[in-house]
Amino acid sequence: MTAPATTAPATKMVSLTIEGRQVSVPEGTSILEAAKYAGILVPHYCYHPGLPVAGVCRMCLVEVEKAPKLAPSCATSVAEGQVVHVHSEKALEARKGVLELLLINHPLDCPICDQAGECELQDYTYMEGRPDSRLRDPKRFNPMEDFGGDVIYVTNRCILCTRCVRFMDTMAEDPVLNVSERGDRAVIGKFEGHDLTHPWAGNVIDLCPVGALLSKDSLNKVRAWEVDRTASVCPNCTQGCNMIVETRDNTVVRLRPRPNEAVNRFFMCDYGRLNYRWMNRQDRADTPLVRRGSELVAADWEVALQAAAQQLQGAKARVIASPMLSNEALGLLARLVRRTGGSGSYRVAKGERAPLPGVKDLARREELGANVRGLELFGFTRSDTPAWNLGSGDVLVVADEELSGVDSSAIGSPKAIIVIGTTLPSWASGAAVVLPIANFTEEEGTFTNVDGRVQRFMQAKTAPGYARPSFAVLADLLALLGETTGYMLASEAFAALASSEAPFNGLSWDALGLRGAVVAGGTNR
Amino acid sequence: MGYPHKSHPRETPVLSKHFGDPEARTLAGWRQRGGYRALEQALGMAPADIVNVVKESGLRGRGGAGFPTGMKWSFMKPGDGKPHYLCCNADESEPGTFKDREIMRWTPHALIEGCALGAHAIGAETAYIYIRGEFTEPLNVMEAAVREAYRDGILGKNAMGTGKRVDVHVHKGAGAYICGEETALMNSLEGRRGNPRIKPPFPAVAGLFGQPTTINNVETLAAVPHILTNGAQWYKDMCLSSPKSTGSKLFSVCGNIRKPGNYEITMGFPFKEFLYDLCGGPLPGRKFKAIIPGGSSVPIQTVEEAEATLMDYEGFVAQGTMLGSGGVIVFDDSQCMVKQIARLARFYAHESCAQCTQCREGTAWTTRILERIEHGEGTMEDLDTLLEIGENMTGKTICVLSDSCATPVFSGLKKWRHEFEAHIKQKRCPMRTAVAA
Repeated sequence: MTAPATTAPATKMVSLTIEGRQVSVPEGTSILEAAKYAGILVPHYCYHPGLPVAGVCRMCLVEVEKAPKLAPSCATSVAEGQVVHVHSEKALEARKGVLELLLINHPLDCPICDQAGECELQDYTYMEGRPDSRLRDPKRFNPMEDFGGDVIYVTNRCILCTRCVRFMDTMAEDPVLNVSERGDRAVIGKFEGHDLTHPWAGNVIDLCPVGALLSKDSLNKVRAWEVDRTASVCPNCTQGCNMIVETRDNTVVRLRPRPNEAVNRFFMCDYGRLNYRWMNRQDRADTPLVRRGSELVAADWEVALQAAAQQLQGAKARVIASPMLSNEALGLLARLVRRTGGSGSYRVAKGERAPLPGVKDLARREELGANVRGLELFGFTRSDTPAWNLGSGDVLVVADEELSGVDSSAIGSPKAIIVIGTTLPSWASGAAVVLPIANFTEEEGTFTNVDGRVQRFMQAKTAPGYARPSFAVLADLLALLGETTGYMLASEAFAALASSEAPFNGLSWDALGLRGAVVAGGTNR
Repeated sequence: MGYPHKSHPRETPVLSKHFGDPEARTLAGWRQRGGYRALEQALGMAPADIVNVVKESGLRGRGGAGFPTGMKWSFMKPGDGKPHYLCCNADESEPGTFKDREIMRWTPHALIEGCALGAHAIGAETAYIYIRGEFTEPLNVMEAAVREAYRDGILGKNAMGTGKRVDVHVHKGAGAYICGEETALMNSLEGRRGNPRIKPPFPAVAGLFGQPTTINNVETLAAVPHILTNGAQWYKDMCLSSPKSTGSKLFSVCGNIRKPGNYEITMGFPFKEFLYDLCGGPLPGRKFKAIIPGGSSVPIQTVEEAEATLMDYEGFVAQGTMLGSGGVIVFDDSQCMVKQIARLARFYAHESCAQCTQCREGTAWTTRILERIEHGEGTMEDLDTLLEIGENMTGKTICVLSDSCATPVFSGLKKWRHEFEAHIKQKRCPMRTAVAA
């Protein structure tokens, strides 16, 4: 699909007319994709751009002039001069027929179905289906089945599009699903003794166009129309899969993949998908705190920032930063290190690499943090078991790092500890100042993924209490130390990075868009 | 026919000449009857010359579609650097058809010779004979014959001493109607679920194992050696009506008729004489009501239509149906057409591979409605629904199984609508009373 331009022969373009619109697309493109390009949706079920073509649902039938039969647009290549009618009477009748047939044995239990509101069977039935059913016979019934992993199969709702089977066969390369039986007895089967435990198996839930494959994690939790959807980037490893954060009542309820051909195509691993509860933590740092004697007391932001700046006057900032921090925050922390002649380090949890074999270079990476590449670009060094032995000339700045498992003796006796974080671990009671910040779902910013791709995430919910975006807190702190900052928006903080930090030179916030762009020295896939 | 009855004098026994003769099954017996001379001759010929002879003879596919065999073979491009394959479709599962079974049971070497010859003609070194799972006896006979042919050097690395390689493998299916569809058969041969593939690509471009493949019916391949031995003109001359339909054709006759069995006639034979003269007409005291002339997938004829038919590809089309596989199913006036059509629909619903929506759901729904009507629980609206479902099932799917299910419904409702309406109005099957009385 994305062969290197140097070796690929010049692609021949084919011109055709779809619903009266002229389009020109590369040779070999399907009519369905060409129509999409022309802004026309051809209803479809079995077709998915990330999977091999099956051509079985027969929903995408369109009328091609001079062809004897209706053509399945997903499996028919464009031809020069073709005239395609998507909404002609003949095509509409055929699709209406398919919808009626798909619905005769469908339980029509939308009121209790998790997919309701984002169901392609509902959508297309509203668009093109019959208002009534002519079925006068009892419906077929099959029991539900637990497919293992996070997946439950509601057999009666299945339309046998086989997207799930093709995903497991060709993408996960773990062919545990099949079509069992024939005729209208056919169901999606699971091979005896195998479960959907592949680390990427959860994608079958998103791929399922109806409510047949559901997530146990979000079962009966929310209705599709109740959630707000925010474009974001998965922070759970360095791959940086594009995702949508779904929130309701200021709570993250579900994470789903967002297509990006250059990173994750259409997929997201189960670890990333299900690892969202920490985004909703209730034990958050939500008020600026300063030390008064033996106690930490609540303070105004101005007071707390002044206190922090005071501690940093004449001291070296020893920063330990979390890989969950944005490039904007890390850039400012790097400036703090440079200004005070200090040093920066980071820790990152390690997991097992879990690739999705069907997509080149797509894997849950070993390093379980979003912005490890960013940390390295800003000169932070990895130090999983720190032994700082800090002295009175040092101030330890802990930036959203819980330091779990770190022996307090390793820290030494610094002049002060400044906590800039989302939480208050027990050791934070010894801090001089606590500056509460928003987590990545509560602010805007960018992460740099393992390939050096800088990708934006949007704000999905509000931060608790008085917590402020990380870049804003750090910008204010640096201003008190004499740096020129004054960024009101994440985009301004990013613009400063783009002009002052070499790897980011030439990048612009707007140009990043929702696809991202690669830093100097990164890999553009 | 030759078996179990003696051949009728008006038959043209070419393929069925040795049916019922156990000696013809053995290699020695087959050689005595002139076997393998055509293959020997063919292995010395250029493939293109064989294709031309077959083209010239006018032989058309005997499996159902009637595609010109020579033309199909000419789609295989010689010297494209790819392995070519020949598949012999012996998955004879069309209801009412049992001619290939007899060819394999009695003259297995005729098929092996045809396969080897066909393989050579299309530049293939390997031929697969895909035999229907239920055909235990034909399978055993074919396997024994293939072993004999290998032992005698007819097949193998040095086929008949010509230095050419011809391998023939016998593969047993698992008993699925859909595996008689050519691309489903290839999937099944490859060890996959027998689902038809989307065309294009056609088998001649990417077929078995993704390589150029030709697939022919048993009867087609068995006819080829005769054409080579006797010449294209001889075959062309076997024609009583349309010059586009040549040669002899086996018809399997079953149902309410005096002498069911296989009959081999020259193309263009009058169907009326075939039914009344060769097959002995209806059972005593009965009259023919309906005829399915070409296997269950073709439109049903009324007896009047059938009697006006000439038995070749064009003749059947002229009378609103198709020659199909040559499986003649005869219904007499004791049969309830609703019940018969419901039974056919049930078969298709059972055999649908479940890929395409129209077929998976449509065949089952059609069956449920038909069976409900048969039990006296139908409504007049059901008849319109049946026609509309049938319309949705026609010409919209990967293969023609769903069309085949709709076909008898269409012709049944067109020609015997009164029987459907009687079921609905009387709320029971009127025929059942007639039989009971």
